Amino acid sequence: MDNAICMEYVVPGDDFTRAGEASANMKQSLKRLGVPAAAVRRAAIALYEGEINLAIHAGGGRIRVEVTPDTIAMHLEDDGPGIADIPLAMSEGYTTAPAEVRSLGFGAGMGLPNMKKYTDTFEIQSTVGVGTTIDMSVSIA
Amino acid sequence: METFLHSVTLDRDLCRGCINCIKRCPTEAIRVRDGKASIIAERCIDCAECIRICPHHAKKAQYDTLDVLKKFAYTIALPAPSLYGQFNNLEEPDILLAALTDLGFDAVYEVARAAELVSEATRRLMQTGSLPRPVISSACPAVTRLIRVRYPDLIDHVLPLVAPVELAARLAKDEAQRKTGLAREEIGCIFLSPCPAKVTAIHSPVGTKKSEVDAAVAVKEIYPQLLGPMKKRQTADSPATAGRIGIGWAESGGESAGLVITDSYLAADGIENVIRVLEDLEDEKYPGLDFVELDACAGGCVGGVLQVENPYIAKAKLKKMCRYMPVSKNHLDRSIPPAMLWDADLEYAPVLELGGTRAESFARYGQLQKIVEQLPGLDCGSCGAPTCRALAEDVVRGHAAVDDCVVLLRRRMEAVLQAVMGQPGKEDEP
Repeated sequence: MDNAICMEYVVPGDDFTRAGEASANMKQSLKRLGVPAAAVRRAAIALYEGEINLAIHAGGGRIRVEVTPDTIAMHLEDDGPGIADIPLAMSEGYTTAPAEVRSLGFGAGMGLPNMKKYTDTFEIQSTVGVGTTIDMSVSIA
Repeated sequence: METFLHSVTLDRDLCRGCINCIKRCPTEAIRVRDGKASIIAERCIDCAECIRICPHHAKKAQYDTLDVLKKFAYTIALPAPSLYGQFNNLEEPDILLAALTDLGFDAVYEVARAAELVSEATRRLMQTGSLPRPVISSACPAVTRLIRVRYPDLIDHVLPLVAPVELAARLAKDEAQRKTGLAREEIGCIFLSPCPAKVTAIHSPVGTKKSEVDAAVAVKEIYPQLLGPMKKRQTADSPATAGRIGIGWAESGGESAGLVITDSYLAADGIENVIRVLEDLEDEKYPGLDFVELDACAGGCVGGVLQVENPYIAKAKLKKMCRYMPVSKNHLDRSIPPAMLWDADLEYAPVLELGGTRAESFARYGQLQKIVEQLPGLDCGSCGAPTCRALAEDVVRGHAAVDDCVVLLRRRMEAVLQAVMGQPGKEDEP
């Protein structure tokens, strides 16, 4: 990916209200790159879900977005608690979000399923006690 | 790129080249070049924030004066619902409407009357289920233009009905033609406008090919002229034609409340709030909404920059005036008439893209990132662009140079000075 446009973001774990900044920023950049609206929307939704996850579950994390004329590739990684049972975490409605987060309207158990749903490729790797890595991408038609 | 005619313009003589407007503009449509502000026409949405902020009154709204009445054989005033909130102790609109004829208008057609029909048509269209949810109001032209340049994915959600003022003009002309037998061109419909965005919408309409509103006079222009005739008036010849729903359109939330069929709506006002809502709608953050009403001005149309009264006082006055009014006085007797529907598509105007092709945009974005790294990140505005990033965008688009940055320029001058003078920094030290 020689001609890739790269964007890097750090998602803080202690400030829940800042989650969403990376996806908003990426969205503005993708529009300037002339990426079609449908692909922008899908990528923005998927990244937003990822950011919320980093903030709620992982104590923050790092995001790297690489955009080529064909693909928006998003890499998320954290040093959080990890996920013991990935298939369970991927099922719709399953949540480990604390009650105070759910009371804000987040943590409905749709984060990971939505990330998969809105992207064309989705890979997740996790080690308990070490952290989680997600690679997902949206093809630009 | 098509050319817009904008109501918001600059008086070059008054402009001092300060940075107030460039910082305030929500679409980054203003730059200071050669000591004067200049508006990038395709980005401007006529929200009038620059008019509000300019301390030198150099930003102006273009509109007509009442002299325009002379151009037509028969003239009809189209008062915006928000006009009713400008006056003290106005218990009913009747006297105000009658006073308009004293100023020389041959007839009055309340925009609030047409608004009630738009409310009903919206209700019917929404009940067919054919519109993607949430439906976004098309009443505020600044918002419609904003969606057009920044939110292509939301264009399908915009209500494809003409704004109440446009419908008022069409229906008023039909009525006047029947009554007078005059040709349509001889009849002039003059809107009494709360804002420049509505003035622009007449000259460069979106969603419709041609506006039947012939001119627009600012509320603040007609207000002092109305006070005398309103004082003299004891009786009105004909009663007001709109109810609470129509007049409710004057303020934020009024259009939504007038839908009646759903409680699942959101009404946001003030351009920054509107932008936040549009960003969230684009990301589908709040599913299940039926209707979204967005007004560029705080408070809704009562907050228009061409109004006289404080928007919140105007709202209080309207509430009092509407207390004993019927809910609605106007109804569609048959199906939605074609005059209410958009006859032109709202098309995405990709003014944000950095290049003409995706390849060019990618190449320019790469340069942009490098330039942003060089710039100091102070967002001081001294270069004439609102932020360092905006300057970098201007540079890759070929409209500015990195040297426009005064901070970088100073650093370079100091370096040159140092090279010529030896090391002046050391000599200065005690």
